Parts: sequence; structure tokens; C-alpha cells
Amino acid sequence: MPLRRPFTSLFRPQRGPDQTVLAEHRDLIETIGRRKLLRGTLSLGALTMLTGCNVSDRDAVQTVLRAVSGFNDGVQALLFDPNKLAPTYAASQVVKPPRFNAYYEIEDLKPVDIGGWKLELSGLIADKRPWSLERIYALPEQEEIIKHICVEGWDYIGQWSGPNLRDFLTRVGADLSAKYVVFHGNDDYMESIDMPSALHPQTILATKYAGEPITDPFGFPLRLRTAVKLGFKNPKWIRAIEVTNSYSPGFWEKQGFNWFSGL
Amino acid sequence: MKPLKFMHPLTVRLMHWTNAAAMIIMIMSGWKIYNDEVLFGFLHFPEEIVLGIWAQHALQWHFLGMWILVLNGIAYLTYGILSGRFRRLFFPISPRELVREAVAALRFRLEHADLTHYNAVQKSLYVGVILVVVLQVVSGLAIWKPVQFSFLVSLFYDFQGARLAHFAGMTAIVLFVLIHVSLAILVPRTLLGMLTGGPRLDAGRETPVTPSQASNP
Repeated sequence: MPLRRPFTSLFRPQRGPDQTVLAEHRDLIETIGRRKLLRGTLSLGALTMLTGCNVSDRDAVQTVLRAVSGFNDGVQALLFDPNKLAPTYAASQVVKPPRFNAYYEIEDLKPVDIGGWKLELSGLIADKRPWSLERIYALPEQEEIIKHICVEGWDYIGQWSGPNLRDFLTRVGADLSAKYVVFHGNDDYMESIDMPSALHPQTILATKYAGEPITDPFGFPLRLRTAVKLGFKNPKWIRAIEVTNSYSPGFWEKQGFNWFSGL
Repeated sequence: MKPLKFMHPLTVRLMHWTNAAAMIIMIMSGWKIYNDEVLFGFLHFPEEIVLGIWAQHALQWHFLGMWILVLNGIAYLTYGILSGRFRRLFFPISPRELVREAVAALRFRLEHADLTHYNAVQKSLYVGVILVVVLQVVSGLAIWKPVQFSFLVSLFYDFQGARLAHFAGMTAIVLFVLIHVSLAILVPRTLLGMLTGGPRLDAGRETPVTPSQASNP
């Protein structure tokens, strides 16, 4: 089952109101505003009494829920042990091909045009020269047979190989004390992870699956594979890597998924 | 004279209703999370009874509810053990009594006239549900952090095993809630007792006192 498309709230109008009408009825609107606040407070309290009444995407409720999710990011960072290795599996257990999952169906996939492809580097990195695929393939490879766990609840065992991310970041002179590593995907998909997870020994820039170059649906030419994050934190079709101290939520976090999402 | 203690002191009542709210959040959001990747093809929870419009909202609720459940649960277990409440109300459980009273309960012949004394069926249900909730936290931690707590995952065979155990725990808790709420409605004094405190206890004997004793210093 694919993850969800961006949604429009049922409680928000599709088009904004006419500003002149708003100005004419300012007093009335303010009264309604106060009522809405009162009603919002009441429905929050009555939540446990009601079924079939769903308040999850009201702004006030979302503010609270996202604040708790932010707190949980911090808790997960504390729980994260940089030396704790994820279980690994035998080659015979590998699922081929890997399972496809994106916010669109596999038929709508737009493969990366490899002709002009280069991996761009930006942010707190000393050597920002872009990398051709040939140079990436020439780097020492690390293979890992690990479980891919999706936030939806399914999992499969996959066999991934490619350069170790810590080695790569060290090689290009990235500031390893920075907070975040951001990955920009081919179709404006963006994901950021915390530096300790990026430096984990089982975090690689995968170029191959089961010994063969990754095919288009699974991230060709380059994707992230880390054993310490949920599936959606492993962006495919990477075209740029940025090292930064400023937090920017990725595609799914903007929809309300937890940012850290560590395993 | 010191006022006589309630059967359910205020601390216990607050923790009971906090737990009830946390459980409702956990169960209803859990159903929505389950729907995104079902364990059983025939079972989807209807949208009318789930919490969260999309899976991400359900996850947000679940990871808020877990703090309320766990912090309140730790407070409750600590209080129950240290105050002697668990020992007094839940133990000993005699297996022979349990069998006899379970049969009586199934024939709707089980008495619960003295609210301050639990019969063997009640004792085992209460102890049982507490253990299930503890196990639910363990399987929940295994699902949340399968790498950091990989030793917990191995208790349930693998990740999907932990999901299955978490589902089974939910089922047991929902069955408990159905029985618990039905019986509370059948014997409304028990429901009222969890709101107002119930009968006063004689501190020395820990048995109910009659109104005449209570008013006579």
C-alpha cells in the first residue's frame, strides 16, 4: 500500500475569502473567531467521550501533537547508541526485487536522466566538487544485508552495497560536528537525518542491490540505506547532499510523520 | 480522629481515569495504525472508531498516549506495591476459588455484595490485565526501537512477531474493557465508587465500616 498523498484539510476552504467582504464584516468575524476558540476547547475535552468525531487535523490539536513529536525526536536522539549495530541476515533471505514504495505508483516513476547526472555537494563541506557516477563506483564498497522497516508496519530483508557515508563525508571534508545531513532527491523529495545516524557504521550511499546496480524504481543511481532509520528516511534518486546546522523537515515530516524516526 | 480512608483513595481514582483516557487514545489510534498494514486480510477497523484522519495523525496520538500511559502506569504500580493495595486487594488468588467462582460467574450467580473484597475472578482479571499492559509496553518498545532494543524483538521471534504480540495484547485489553465496563454497569455502585471513592475502610481492620460506626468517634 503506498504512503499517503498530500491532503487538503476538510476544515479549510479551497479558496481564500474575498478581502473586501472580510473588511465589511470584521466585527462578526471576530465574534465567530471567539466562538471557534470555545468550541475548539470543548471538543478537545470531549474527545474521549466521542467516537466518529475526528479532531486530529485541527490546528490547535496539531500544534500539541507536533510539539510532542518534536519532544520524541529528542528522546530518540538520547536513546540512539552510535555503536549499536542492527541485526544482519544471510544472502539466502534477501527479497528480490526489493519492495517498491513511494508517494506515487510505480507506473508514474520518472527515471533519473543519467546523461548529465552528478552528485552535488553543498553546505559545510570543504570540497564541494560534484561527483560523477564513475567516481562513486570507484570508491570502496560496503555490503549490508539488513531489514527495511516501513512506518506502515511491513518489513523485508535487502542486500545493499555502496560507499560508507561516514567515509564519504570524511573524504569530502564535511563538518562532522554539524547537526544534519540533508538529501535532495530527483523529484524535489527531500529528507534530513541527524549527524550521529549519518555516521553510523551501517549507513551507506547504496549503488547496488544484491550485487547489481540499483534499478530505477529503487533509487538508481544513488540512494541512502541506513539500518537505523525507518524506510521513508532513506531517500532514493539522490542528486545532492548538504551538511548543515539548520533543521528542515523532509517530505513526510511536513505531513506529520515523526522526523527522527530512528529504529 | 483521622478520617477513614476510602476504598479507592483520590490518587487511585485519578490514576484510574487517566489510564482510561490513555487507553482509549492508544487503542483507537492503534487501530488506525494497524489499518495501514493489516495483519489479517479480513480485519480492517472502521474509520468511525479510529483516532487519526491519516496514519501520521494516529502515530502522533499513539506517541503522545504512550507517555501518559507509561508515566501514569509507573506511578500506579509504584503506589500499588508500596501502599500494600495490590497485596490487600489482589492476593492471594486461590486456584480452587477461581474455578468455583468462574463457573458461578458464567451462570450469573457470582456475588459482589462487599465492594471492598474482590473475588478470585476479579483478582485474576485485574492482575492479568496489569501484566498484559506491561507486556504491551514491552512489545511496543520492540516495535518502536527494533535496533536499539533488538533483544526485546527476539522475545517475540522477529519484528512481525512483536507486531502480532502487540495486536494480541490489544485484543486482550479490549476484551477486559468490555467485561469490566459491562460489570460496572451491572453493579453501578462499583462505577460510582471509582468516582466518589466508595465505602470507607476501617484503617485497622481494612474492612468496611457501618454508617453508625463511621459517625461515632
